[in-house]
Amino acid sequence: MRLEYFQMLDRIVDINVGERTIKAVCTVPKKSPVFEGHFPGYPLMPGVLLIECMAQTTGWLASALCNFSGLPMFAGVKEAKIRTAVFPGDELEFEGKVVHEGSGYTMGEAKGRRGGKIVCDASITYRIVPFPSPQFRKTLQDWATRLDFPLKELIK
Amino acid sequence: MSTTFDKVAEIIAETCDIPRENIKPESHAINDLEIDSLDFLDIAFAIDKAFGIKLPLEQWTQEVNDGKATTDQYFVLKNLSDRIDELIAAKGA
Repeated sequence: MRLEYFQMLDRIVDINVGERTIKAVCTVPKKSPVFEGHFPGYPLMPGVLLIECMAQTTGWLASALCNFSGLPMFAGVKEAKIRTAVFPGDELEFEGKVVHEGSGYTMGEAKGRRGGKIVCDASITYRIVPFPSPQFRKTLQDWATRLDFPLKELIK
Repeated sequence: MSTTFDKVAEIIAETCDIPRENIKPESHAINDLEIDSLDFLDIAFAIDKAFGIKLPLEQWTQEVNDGKATTDQYFVLKNLSDRIDELIAAKGA
């Protein structure tokens, strides 16, 4: 997890396009400027960044389902719950599911776990927007490859 | 038996917290009911689920942007209801 770069996930460990599910893992860094402010003397993973983790998890699945034809832009979150505190060094697993692929939008769900226990969950809306440039599509695909996203198997 | 319009109006009332009595067949979702594009995604999602269809929002938007259609054709609720009925009929054909 590179908190300062908003690159929240370390690795995609499972993606099932047929069932429209995905799993990803990450480890909260032990040190980060984020924790210098949140909070001094009591480093705590900000809840909004857990929401970002969930949005990125299901976002990668949405990318796979639309064949990287556009960028799943995080547009809405509902029923977001941060169920317990998350700390530096915690190992997290995120599960995502796409519940509906509409025309130009995708509705998803996600939850995060630590040691099998749910720490957060939410329903997420994405707009599928055109890439600003062909280069950006490649940048995103390169990023996906670094996360072990099975690009060659899934994207035609 | 409720009509397509009735179902659409119920969805809009519930999704956007608009009093049901303010939602009429001649209401324009954007201009009259002031539903923005993000809220309309929630409505589209509910309509897709309720009717088992996929509203072609991208196609409609493109047609409006290209000047080939007006927003009235898709976002005045009686017209939206007609489009939904067409999609349902096409699905069953």
